Amino acid sequence: MSDYEDIRSELDGPVLTIWLQRPQSRNALRRQMLAEIAEALETAYDGGEVRCAIIYGGDKVFAAGADLNEMSELDMIGMLDDPRPGYWKRIAAFPLPLIAAVNGFALGGGCELAMQADIVIAGSNAQFGQPEINLGIIPGAGGSQRLIRAVGKSLASQMVLSGEFIDAETACSAGLVSEVTQPELTLERARQLAHTIAAKSPLALRQAKQALQQAFEAALASGLEFERKAFVMLAGSEDRREGIDAFLEKRRPEFKGK
Amino acid sequence: MTFTTIEFVREDGLARLTLNRPDKLNSFNAVMHEEVREAMKTVQRDDSIRCLLISGNGRGFCAGQDLSDRNVAPDAEVPDLGESLEQKYNPLIRGIAKLEKPVICAVNGVAAGAGANIALACDIVIAAESAKFIQSFCNIGLVPDSGGTWTLPRLVGRARALGMALLGERISARQAEQWGLIWKCVADQELASTAEQMARHLATQPTLGLGLIKRAMLASSDNSLDQQLDLERDLQRLAGRSEDYREGVGAFMEKREPEFKGR
Repeated sequence: MSDYEDIRSELDGPVLTIWLQRPQSRNALRRQMLAEIAEALETAYDGGEVRCAIIYGGDKVFAAGADLNEMSELDMIGMLDDPRPGYWKRIAAFPLPLIAAVNGFALGGGCELAMQADIVIAGSNAQFGQPEINLGIIPGAGGSQRLIRAVGKSLASQMVLSGEFIDAETACSAGLVSEVTQPELTLERARQLAHTIAAKSPLALRQAKQALQQAFEAALASGLEFERKAFVMLAGSEDRREGIDAFLEKRRPEFKGK
Repeated sequence: MTFTTIEFVREDGLARLTLNRPDKLNSFNAVMHEEVREAMKTVQRDDSIRCLLISGNGRGFCAGQDLSDRNVAPDAEVPDLGESLEQKYNPLIRGIAKLEKPVICAVNGVAAGAGANIALACDIVIAAESAKFIQSFCNIGLVPDSGGTWTLPRLVGRARALGMALLGERISARQAEQWGLIWKCVADQELASTAEQMARHLATQPTLGLGLIKRAMLASSDNSLDQQLDLERDLQRLAGRSEDYREGVGAFMEKREPEFKGR
């Protein structure tokens, strides 16, 4: 369904899988790849069928950072005009659940891409790192901000300041990753989870994702207020009626997104 | 790469890595580390290799670190042995443990210090009757390395592990077999043929499945029963998709010998 160059996008019922397809450059996140990821998410969302999306880099590497050739061409003015932050925002704006299925290296921009996802499933061979400091720079797509929220101050600081990587188990116990699986099964597990999620009400999924994000964005009081408003709003949905009816009638609910 | 301290031969799916510094009881110096690492890399990358047989030339298997390779003169700088483990021994032990192919070790004579623990890191250890296992570290003020403090208590229990590590006594191959430290003790003259036969056999077996067995066993030491059951489910899922599984079942139904491809 896609004429993308850097990615392959595949819709299986309500689940969109985006494969990063530049293994020869270890899926380095050049501008085009980011643009295509954003494009694929938006296209699928606009198509109306998708309920959950997965980003997968393959069995050996998720994404090993930005494309350094591309980056080295930019001076400060060039960086100011760089379209990349816009792509990152579009990816973050995907309103439905996004899962990163990570095998191998998720470094720099790759780690930041994984952290854009709501859920990270990792193969036991996964390694996460923000090695920008080795190049005399720092993470530029949320690495310092999201990582500290994901793994806490000490570990985030250690990673960002030393450039050292952490393995899948460490990432899991620190909270960056929710589940570690055999590398051969990472995508499969992500898909299984995506299909479970996709069977839920899309209205509720969108509200739930936003509410969860509020925990990072807002103070507790306004986050709680957001949650309550969304909770009340969903009371008016047909899906809520269907969900409760189905539960009482001991059958599977069929959500319509209304 | 031509090797000077080891022999490395590949043939019919079997790789033979033979430690070859017999005048030094095959003890490790920097060159041997380098060469073993190179050979291990090949074993790991080459899918046509389906079993690794490690042995030693001469009268011993391996006496561990060549102490003359380290300068401990009173005026010499205090060495960082941790660095030596980090760079040399630990990658070897991790390499053997994570290699998803069976590794057999034939212990022909003395296996001391790191030499003993490298042998014990292998999947199946066969020892000649005259072989000895010695945790010699305590005699020079060191700690068992190359995984010894992990492997020993798991193989023989805490009491025997501590006894071996604190006393540094020679444990005979017979004793080692009785304790479950090794798979088998055989007569000296039968060691080579027993190991060879087993290695040839394993090189024709369902390598992917054997590799997953290793993965499961390795993980079991950290896992609860529940975690291990989950892992078995996942690994069986993978194994069940292998060509060799189909071949194995097919051959069984058709009452013929299976021809495994290792995938």
